[in-house]
Amino acid sequence: MTKTRRPLSLRQRESLLGYLYILPWVVGFIVLTIGPMIASLYFSFTDYNIISPPVWNNFANYRKIFDGLPQFIASGDTTVLGDPLFWQSIKVTVKFAALSLPLGLVFSFFIAVLLNQKIRGVNIWRTIYFLPSVLAGVAVTLLWVRIFNPRVGILNPFLENVLGIEGPGWFTDPNWAVPGLVIMGLWSAGGSMIIYLAGLQGVPTDLYDAAKVDGAGVVQRFLHVTLPQMTPVIFYNLVLGMIGSFQYFTEAYVASGGSGGPARATLFYNLYLYQNAFKFFEMGYASTMAWILFIVILILTALVFRSSELWVFYEGELKGR
Amino acid sequence: MTRKEHSNKLKDLLWGIKAQEWAIKSLATFVLAAGAVVILIPLIYMITTSFKDVSQLRSDPLSIFPRKPLFAEVNGKSEPLYKVTVDGTVSEMALIKNQPGGLGLFVDPAAPETVYTLVLEDQVALYRPDWHPENYPEAVGAIPFWRYLINTLTVTFYGMTGMLISCTLVAYGFSRFRARWLNVLFLVLLSTLMLPSQVRLIPIYVMFQKLGWIDTLLPLIVPQFFANAYDVFMLRQFFMTIPLEMDDAARMDGANSLQVLLHIIIPQARPAILAISIFHFLYAWNDFYEPMIFLHNRNNWTLAVGLQSFDALYAINTHQIMAISLIMVIPPILIFFLSQRVFTQGVVFKGIK
Repeated sequence: MTKTRRPLSLRQRESLLGYLYILPWVVGFIVLTIGPMIASLYFSFTDYNIISPPVWNNFANYRKIFDGLPQFIASGDTTVLGDPLFWQSIKVTVKFAALSLPLGLVFSFFIAVLLNQKIRGVNIWRTIYFLPSVLAGVAVTLLWVRIFNPRVGILNPFLENVLGIEGPGWFTDPNWAVPGLVIMGLWSAGGSMIIYLAGLQGVPTDLYDAAKVDGAGVVQRFLHVTLPQMTPVIFYNLVLGMIGSFQYFTEAYVASGGSGGPARATLFYNLYLYQNAFKFFEMGYASTMAWILFIVILILTALVFRSSELWVFYEGELKGR
Repeated sequence: MTRKEHSNKLKDLLWGIKAQEWAIKSLATFVLAAGAVVILIPLIYMITTSFKDVSQLRSDPLSIFPRKPLFAEVNGKSEPLYKVTVDGTVSEMALIKNQPGGLGLFVDPAAPETVYTLVLEDQVALYRPDWHPENYPEAVGAIPFWRYLINTLTVTFYGMTGMLISCTLVAYGFSRFRARWLNVLFLVLLSTLMLPSQVRLIPIYVMFQKLGWIDTLLPLIVPQFFANAYDVFMLRQFFMTIPLEMDDAARMDGANSLQVLLHIIIPQARPAILAISIFHFLYAWNDFYEPMIFLHNRNNWTLAVGLQSFDALYAINTHQIMAISLIMVIPPILIFFLSQRVFTQGVVFKGIK
């Protein structure tokens, strides 16, 4: 008698099917995520110009980045750094994050609170405020480059004629290029506004009613009900915003024509990484930058998560978020 | 305190809160209206600038709307027209000469014998609207526009198809089956949400180069067939809300798991599928980073890359660049208006890609 294979039990069939359905992701994860990550870690220790095979160079790429850092901190002299441009890109990125995160948070939170009021025509206002969020990218950046342009733009004439201020050169002025990008980002802040608005709508109304019964006015209700209830959403947007700053690319590339100018004032981290990889073909060094970026994001996320215990209010399972 | 006093006090308190609310609402409307103007002006500037000609771009004073100064023939010469005030009467006159001290010599084109010396600043220059729709065919003709459009649409729709098929299958696997490693694998999937794409980009580029895929649209399409953490997560969350009883009923009728997915889950999950499709469209349509990296030959570019390089070469042609930019923002705006509920009704599906 030939041995017949035992039929699979129901349980086994179910597991097998489950694995089968997630197969596209598993394959993608191995081929497009884990595999490339390991390769990129390897490249980060090599000299690799893509034409000839990678050559192991120990920690040379990492040393290039961190060389002279203590001396620089002591003297403030950028020429002692192994790669001053790397640190310039960090400076630009941090400057952008430090300006755009708090401003973006206050601005979109504030607008979301207004859009959450029961006022007439609120849907029209919502539509207008959300509209720019679908228009990210090259076209919008080119538009803002024009608006900021001192010769063809409308911003500086407005500043001069209405407020009596002489506008700066914006994207031609190293001091004003990053603030220009921040303003542009505020215009399209609709994305985080949607998330805040959804959060605001999730605040249980009985909490407001209870506060009203206790005689709490608008301001008190905002401070003691809305704000604590919204901390998880604020936290979520903050984490995304931080990661976003380190991945900021298109706007900086388009506004500077890919150079990161003027005077490297818009040389964002991700732009410099791109230049290393695809302009200078320093694939090894670019991989090093990618891994440092990955580690920085991990550390920042961990720090924010750690600090979140202090200020983020979670309501247990009640909300089922 | 009697009961009446007490209730009066409560009334006052409630009235105070009501008044406060009314004040807040009025203020909110005012602030929102002011902000809406700020939001819309850049878009209006984009539209009007795309209809200007080169001389209007840098006109002084700058006008938002395309216009040209009006001229009149005076003694065989063309002179700019002004609305002038002479002794309290307003008439149209031509400026024939500037004089020192901010003065100008004006004449009535009908009777050029009499010359008036007037303070230039007090007179109003006259303009006529001057729109240039020919900017659009010119701009479209200046770049391989249709090619870029076809490339962009190819990437968008094949990519969307791949994303929808793969993410639906994977989300179904993660939401409807019990297996030992599924939960662990789902956590692994979630952990890739925060993974910066740069950390895998270079080896992927090398891989695609070895496959001969650089300068084709494949690197932008094929990876979509392997699901992504964000859309899988969104779909799975939605699938979890569909009652299991519906699956069971279908199974009783002899449906297999694929039939359950096709006939029960997918029809129920239409809003979620629509939402991720919209966000995928916006992402693929606007994406600049990946097309930039994988497409080198100018004939293979997408609109985003083509527009950027058009600007890099002919930044001076602001009107044409605004025309192409406007064409590029129209599809997202249309989709936005057609599917507003997805955006405004608190469906928290915002692309983090």
